[in-house]
Amino acid sequence: MSNPMQHKIVLLSGNEAIAWGAKAAGVSFASGYPGTPSTEILETLGTFDGLEAQWAVNEKVAYEAAFGASLGGKRALTACKHVGLNVAMDPLMTTAYSGVNAGFVVVVADDPGMYSSQNEQDTRRVAPYAKIPLIEPSSPSEAYRYIEEAFRISEQFDIPVLFRITTRISHTKESFEIAGSYNVPPIRPLERNPSKYVMVPGHARARHVDLEKRLLGLKEYAEHTSLNHWEIKDRKIGFITSGISALYVKEVYPDASILTLGMSFPFPVKKIKAFAKKVMKLYVIEELEPFLEEQLKQEGITVVCKKPSWRCGELSPDAVKRIVERKEREDKPKKGRRPLLCPGCPHRPAFYALKKTRFFVAGDIGCYTLGALEPLASLHTQLCMGASVPFFEGISKTTLDKKIVAVIGDSTFIHTGLSGLISAAYNNTKGVVVIMDNAITAMTGAQENPATGVTLQGIRTKKLSLENICKAANADQVDVIDPYDFLAFEKLLKTRIEEDKLSVIIARHPCKIIDRSRKPALKIDTAACKKCGLCMKLDCPAISEDKDGNLHIDEQMCVGCELCQKVCNLNAVVPV
Amino acid sequence: MKNKSITNVLFYGVGGQGVLSASEVCARAALIEGFHVKKSEVKGMAQRGGSVESYVRFGPCVLSPLPPEGQTDILVCLYESEYPRLRSELKTEGVDLFSYLDKAHRAVGEHKIFLNAYMLGVVSSYLKIKEEAWVMALEDTFERGHAQNKEYFLQGRQEGGRR
Repeated sequence: MSNPMQHKIVLLSGNEAIAWGAKAAGVSFASGYPGTPSTEILETLGTFDGLEAQWAVNEKVAYEAAFGASLGGKRALTACKHVGLNVAMDPLMTTAYSGVNAGFVVVVADDPGMYSSQNEQDTRRVAPYAKIPLIEPSSPSEAYRYIEEAFRISEQFDIPVLFRITTRISHTKESFEIAGSYNVPPIRPLERNPSKYVMVPGHARARHVDLEKRLLGLKEYAEHTSLNHWEIKDRKIGFITSGISALYVKEVYPDASILTLGMSFPFPVKKIKAFAKKVMKLYVIEELEPFLEEQLKQEGITVVCKKPSWRCGELSPDAVKRIVERKEREDKPKKGRRPLLCPGCPHRPAFYALKKTRFFVAGDIGCYTLGALEPLASLHTQLCMGASVPFFEGISKTTLDKKIVAVIGDSTFIHTGLSGLISAAYNNTKGVVVIMDNAITAMTGAQENPATGVTLQGIRTKKLSLENICKAANADQVDVIDPYDFLAFEKLLKTRIEEDKLSVIIARHPCKIIDRSRKPALKIDTAACKKCGLCMKLDCPAISEDKDGNLHIDEQMCVGCELCQKVCNLNAVVPV
Repeated sequence: MKNKSITNVLFYGVGGQGVLSASEVCARAALIEGFHVKKSEVKGMAQRGGSVESYVRFGPCVLSPLPPEGQTDILVCLYESEYPRLRSELKTEGVDLFSYLDKAHRAVGEHKIFLNAYMLGVVSSYLKIKEEAWVMALEDTFERGHAQNKEYFLQGRQEGGRR
């Protein structure tokens, strides 16, 4: 097959490499929901012709759509972050039983160190739990090559394949040569095979037995695959490792022997025992959970393990050195500036108003979670996608405090907030749900969603009306307001919370990342300013205080939203 | 633990300054020159004003995307108050380009978006990568402003070469 990209040296991130590798492997359909660090996989697939790539409303829907595409007969992929896979666990567990038609790969990006996540769960543990094979590349170039292997394993063993990367691989760019396309199997016919695809107990029992057989085959495969490879050098010291840790080990101990597990489940016991015999002292190096460690110990292999303190956080070359020296992990305080809402962000006036109401705010996941931090400090819970609305219901039905609201973004509302609203209405909940509609999935870097009416490829499509869907969910009242008018927003909140209704307030103003329009910058009239600091309470990156306590507005950063001008009692904020 | 054949360049600053574009240009220039390159970046919520850092490592064969601590050959800080945060990453015989930041600001004036291009020019004067590779990398990385990027790059390159 001819390919213009044949033997070209590229500079690709791990996420981009997965997309390019999947394309070379003939992926026909890909679906996902944005989530750092996985987002660019779908974004890159969305730039390719000849395949369908799409944003789904959540990871469960993405998983099921991609699995459906596999049943339809062509290679399919779903990609999400680690916590996204939690949302898709229901289909994941049972697709292991039913198996696939064309190859089906589940790409999951874990986030050790929690650069932008609520936990650092280790997805490797999902593989034995769900009984599916686990592939772990160490670098973008490996990710590019291994994804094709993942599709072949999926087809050979009739099973979904878990393809696990971490933030450091997702967001590392590497130069490497890509070599055209692979041979892609022809489309498989859609099978009407209820014993395989209708998982009622009678069928599932047989499929479970079959799954155990498939796992035995995979176990044998893991012993011989080139994904698990060793380099025998100095026999005094040997390492068993996987993923990014393999590169840290090679960086720090270039002369040591090393067994890298590119396929770490099923566990290649014979290969590991053979490697263990070749070296005098064996170490296991892995980020997060003691996943390899537990399996090694279970097989009775003598191995030096990390201290439990290393189960937290990301590794690095120096961390590997300290692990080998049997040191404890030291918790270094994270240095650096914390993220702030952008200048002109519509969430800022919204939280300024919410703070004045003193309501308890059940929050959700998005840029607006920054509303929890001082000085805005008016968001009081955040756990997982869509939890704000059910939290609001539960809290308001038990607490004596009657001033409880939910705050959720447009994309998060569509993800899993909507089902919470239907349930709240059905169960006769009263109170206020605020949808912060900035017309984009902002925190992951501005992705489209059904309410923007634009696809992953930037093409206009059917636009979901948040107003209509809230009314259809049986909200008693739906208001739309621009939070830039924070006084009106505050008044509306106070009015609606007193009513015996379930209200939805859609606070609608476009995100400053997509709406680049700006008004003339403002400055502080130092003669009029009494340094009261009211404007500083807005936590705007453009406003700063010098060492003499004088306040300044950075003209380059200011977008002229005029919020500081509106809150100033002294008319000290003036045009430049 | 010392891999002398690998060059480590650290770019850092805050979201919106073009830190990641700068490291992209450096990585591409090294690629064009024929090196194996790995570039690691910390992003996520960076566009909301947080700290941004990006390592570029190049040589015959790069293993870890992160260099060992304190092994940075060239330190490129684009934001004054961030400077102390990663200063200790520079190795003793390494090159600290912080002293050029003031000059870069004076050179670009209001056109802060070209600060990274100027600083890349300074970086280039310390590395054995041909000028053509840098110019190609600038054009590959930036969609717009090719002429101005090149102009500020060359100013920085000249300033860096004056030693």
